[in-house]
Amino acid sequence: MADSDTEREALLAAIANVADRLADEKEHLTDLDSAIGDADHGANMNRGFGAAVEEAESAEGEATDVVKAVGRALVSKVGGASGPLYGGSIMAASAELEGGITAETTVAFGEAYLEKMQDRGDAPIGAKTMVDAVTPAVHTYKKSIETDDLSPLEALGKAVDAAERGVDFTVPLRAKKGRASYLGWRSVGHQDPGATSTLFVLEELLATAEDYLDDETERDAAAPAEPDVDPDGTNPEAADDPAANEEAE
Amino acid sequence: MVGLVVVSHSERAARGIVEVASEMGGNARIEAVGGDPDGGIGTSMNDIREAIEEAVAGPGDSDDTGGGDDGSDGGVVVLVDLGSAVMNTEIAIEEAAVGAEADVGVDVEIADAPVLEGAVSAAVEAAGPKATVESVVNAAVEAREYRKL
Repeated sequence: MADSDTEREALLAAIANVADRLADEKEHLTDLDSAIGDADHGANMNRGFGAAVEEAESAEGEATDVVKAVGRALVSKVGGASGPLYGGSIMAASAELEGGITAETTVAFGEAYLEKMQDRGDAPIGAKTMVDAVTPAVHTYKKSIETDDLSPLEALGKAVDAAERGVDFTVPLRAKKGRASYLGWRSVGHQDPGATSTLFVLEELLATAEDYLDDETERDAAAPAEPDVDPDGTNPEAADDPAANEEAE
Repeated sequence: MVGLVVVSHSERAARGIVEVASEMGGNARIEAVGGDPDGGIGTSMNDIREAIEEAVAGPGDSDDTGGGDDGSDGGVVVLVDLGSAVMNTEIAIEEAAVGAEADVGVDVEIADAPVLEGAVSAAVEAAGPKATVESVVNAAVEAREYRKL
């Protein structure tokens, strides 16, 4: 990314966009959480990101410092399990952004974020938690950058799609971690609130990146993630989607 | 002296557990903490960190900070209820170690134990003259084995 002033401005815009989105989705997240949890996820995330905006604005230093301040604010203000999971993971991963926001450092950030979250929450994939959205997003982002050589914006678009699939994946699962696990089989059929808020955060990061890079990327959660090359033309979705074919280059 | 902290999603539950535990372990230093940052049901990392710092310092006996002079090793054992209490306490311990070393320069451990029964056992052990963080944690963990019927 560009100079550090622009980087800071884009970061603050991203955090403000996330906070606005979570404020808009407060009722929605609370509804999801009241079905299988303790009905506080909307209020908690809203309070936490409200504080994060202020802390980020007053944070001095580079991107890594601003992001660390966000994590610290979330740990202090979210409450519930999402405080340590979001905030603690952001704080730990912020060290990867030393040297600015680039394709390379954001991949490292994503991996560190996922690792810390799994370490802290001890949730495997498929336990109906935010890990089910974070894991596909981080894996897809890394692969898109490192293997497919996509631009960070295209890679982020694919990561958001992957997170959306992850959110859908939580619906038919029985919760094995978190408050929802106390419900046992009654948790089946409900969408996980933490995975859902993760998707909202990623969508706002993407929207902010599009603004700042003055570009957009295709989003289609139903598009096949693999294969993006379709040698025999037997995959109708890939054949019908010129963007998918173009990205196979 | 080893201090204790009881963390619950409900501040009233935490205070009630401390009442029950104090009856058995009268001399033990026990702090109760609970509720989210707005005072609702939940847990708050900052509040937990403050409670740990208070359990180390103790009310009005700063001489005793860190233990040692009374034959014990000081330190704090934390009893927790559900999920976020565990994770917020973990971060509070990390934060206390990093951010406030002058205040908490002692061993702080979470006991993997039922919160009420563990608090009673821990308070009894902590009131003893030779209590250590390890012995208090062990006492709390053993509370799991008590049969009720």
